[in-house]
Amino acid sequence: MKFSGMRIRKRSKISKGEAVIVRLIAIVLALIVSGFIIVAITKLNPLQVYAGIIDGAIGTSRRVWVTIRDIIILLVVSVGLVPAFKMKFWNIGAEGQMLMGGLAASALMIYVGNSIPNGLLLLLIVIASCVAGMLWGIIPAFFKAKYNTNETLFTLMMNYVAMQFTTFCIVFWEKPKGSNTVGIINAASGAGWFPPFLGQKYGLNLLFGILVTVILALYLKHTKHGYELSVVGESPDTARYAGINVKRVIVRTVALSGAICGFAGSLIVSGGSHTISTSLTGGRGFTAIIVAWLAHFNSFIMAAVSALLVFMEKGAVQIASQFGLNHNVSSIITGIILFFLIGSEFFNNYEVVFDNSEAEEK
Amino acid sequence: MTKKSLKKLLVVAFVALFTTGAIFASGSQEADTQESGAQEASVFKVGVIYVGDENEGYTEAHMKGIEEMKSVLGLSDSQVIEKANIPESEACYDAAVDLASQGCSLIIANSFGHEDYMLQAAKEYPEVQFCHATGYQAGLSGLSNMHNFMPAVYQSRYVAGVAAGLKLNDMIANGTITAEDCKMGYVGAYPYAEVVSGYTSFYLGVKSVCPTATMVVRYTNSWADMTLEKETADALIAEGCVLISQHADTTGAPTACEAKNIPMVGYNVDMTTVAPNSAITSAALNWGAYYAYAAKLVKDGETVPVDWSKGYTDDAVYITPINTNVAAAGTQERVDEVIAAIKSGDLNVFNTSTFTVNGEKIEDLIAAGGDFEKYGQYVSDGYFHEQEIGSAPAFDLRIDGITELTN
Repeated sequence: MKFSGMRIRKRSKISKGEAVIVRLIAIVLALIVSGFIIVAITKLNPLQVYAGIIDGAIGTSRRVWVTIRDIIILLVVSVGLVPAFKMKFWNIGAEGQMLMGGLAASALMIYVGNSIPNGLLLLLIVIASCVAGMLWGIIPAFFKAKYNTNETLFTLMMNYVAMQFTTFCIVFWEKPKGSNTVGIINAASGAGWFPPFLGQKYGLNLLFGILVTVILALYLKHTKHGYELSVVGESPDTARYAGINVKRVIVRTVALSGAICGFAGSLIVSGGSHTISTSLTGGRGFTAIIVAWLAHFNSFIMAAVSALLVFMEKGAVQIASQFGLNHNVSSIITGIILFFLIGSEFFNNYEVVFDNSEAEEK
Repeated sequence: MTKKSLKKLLVVAFVALFTTGAIFASGSQEADTQESGAQEASVFKVGVIYVGDENEGYTEAHMKGIEEMKSVLGLSDSQVIEKANIPESEACYDAAVDLASQGCSLIIANSFGHEDYMLQAAKEYPEVQFCHATGYQAGLSGLSNMHNFMPAVYQSRYVAGVAAGLKLNDMIANGTITAEDCKMGYVGAYPYAEVVSGYTSFYLGVKSVCPTATMVVRYTNSWADMTLEKETADALIAEGCVLISQHADTTGAPTACEAKNIPMVGYNVDMTTVAPNSAITSAALNWGAYYAYAAKLVKDGETVPVDWSKGYTDDAVYITPINTNVAAAGTQERVDEVIAAIKSGDLNVFNTSTFTVNGEKIEDLIAAGGDFEKYGQYVSDGYFHEQEIGSAPAFDLRIDGITELTN
């Protein structure tokens, strides 16, 4: 009866430090639970499995850079989703926007790749991929603003349109005919590929990633546009009352969101794969939604969450080959970590308190 | 109260942090020593890049081949590094260079779209041998360390076709179908040479015993899409096809056939587990024949051929055991005869007297010039020399009797 005094109440507020600690505890608990599951299923030493994951993600300098390259792509897409999400416009069309951006980049590399200087080509690729992604964002935004269509459904369906359009383009680019494989574009000349930056193959990816993240954080926090879109997100009626042109803000914000996702597409094509296929995005447009939400749209936390997810993904291949496990083991661990992280939000919003009577008896 | 519990929380958090820190630190140290240890001892190592994993027939067949290589050469587990689920993107290049930097002297990739990335890695590591299945660019690339290989699967497809043709004859004799209704369906992946060569050899096998047979080909535009393959097989059955075969990697087609009680011929793996009352046999490849051969060459420091394509003579292809529940009586004997004839060279699968294109013999079309002139290099001595010039299939003629539906 003494323990019946436990109850749960809403926290008035939680300091940033405490919130971080709660999340760290969640990750540690998740790793402990995963450890038990690993032992139960595979009879392997979980510490060795974790060591394998770390080795796979950052074991050599090449692995570190590959991991960075993929973190940047996931981070940029997540950053791209934030303005739309803050406005409570549920853009789940990042997949399609990335694909359109990647498609624009590939088209430029294929058609004008070897006829203009590489610097100019890269500039065109960045602009074209942003415009392509922007277009894929503006279409559902326009219908939302004008006819109040459901943006979740609309952006989702636009993904499939982008995929079909990509398949259509591949028919002209594939080699050999019918194989559905474009192969590495401009393998000999490297036209349209990101050049090494500061001696690093993926240096430019890192630079672009940081730039986009910082600029967008500033845009949201310190500009009139950023303020307007958060007001529209809180209450469109209030925004209208305050004299904000809601329709214009919707179209403008989603255009920005799409442009950044489109840019992420060019990061994949010019900065990594140098090819185009319908599996270009690899589901990152959906993963980015989890990243953005988990981080509460905080840029630094988004970087951390992106890093965690990519880290686990890179570790997956390593533990699969090292221990003969299927790489789904890593998905299980990632799933458990996400479960605990999302679950820990409860402790950030509520606290467990013990009734006073129990303390008085002591 | 809250302050006290907060303090407790902090203590717990710090303890937890320190333990994880210690775990991670010791873990990464372990990894370091493992790696440096591996680099010191220059043991022979093979790296393998798979597009799928053991849940998918095509990659499963490759994994079996790698196991065979290990047992033939007596390689330990630590001498073979396998990376599964590597997509046909820069991930393949990442995997290839990672394997090379782990000290592999032979690196194998198993999917068509891996080829460009293997070439990219081959340029960077000239001392490492790169072997790519189903590709065609090794000879063109001029790189001495890039190689292509592909078993002559058209031979086992032809043999499987003979088994299917005997089943059709059986159905005609039973009165289930008439000779005019002998329409088969084929679930293909992509409309290019590898698939065209495959379905043509299957069809020619059928036709060699059941001359009235015709075939309809539908594509899924995917290598492994269970639902789509099942739907495509269902569509073919609905169009009146009385027997189904496939060149796609899942059990989608046999599942559809089992439900509709339609006989079928599979690919890669024995389909009797999912279609015990439908599957006759499957055309299959024994990748181990090449893996053991190539690994031995690299291990002994000998040159690996640029292109390699062997069939029944080297046990590189086979058909899975005939399912006597479905197959016609006497199938095994007839199939054995055909295999013997292929081995001895008496039977050429792409014998030019057995097929026509637009109603004409291929020799006449080549002589007439135009679009068909390019096939001149392949056709001589009365047959199409498939997979003899390069290891990748080259037969992409659309022959009479087969209707291809591209969607």
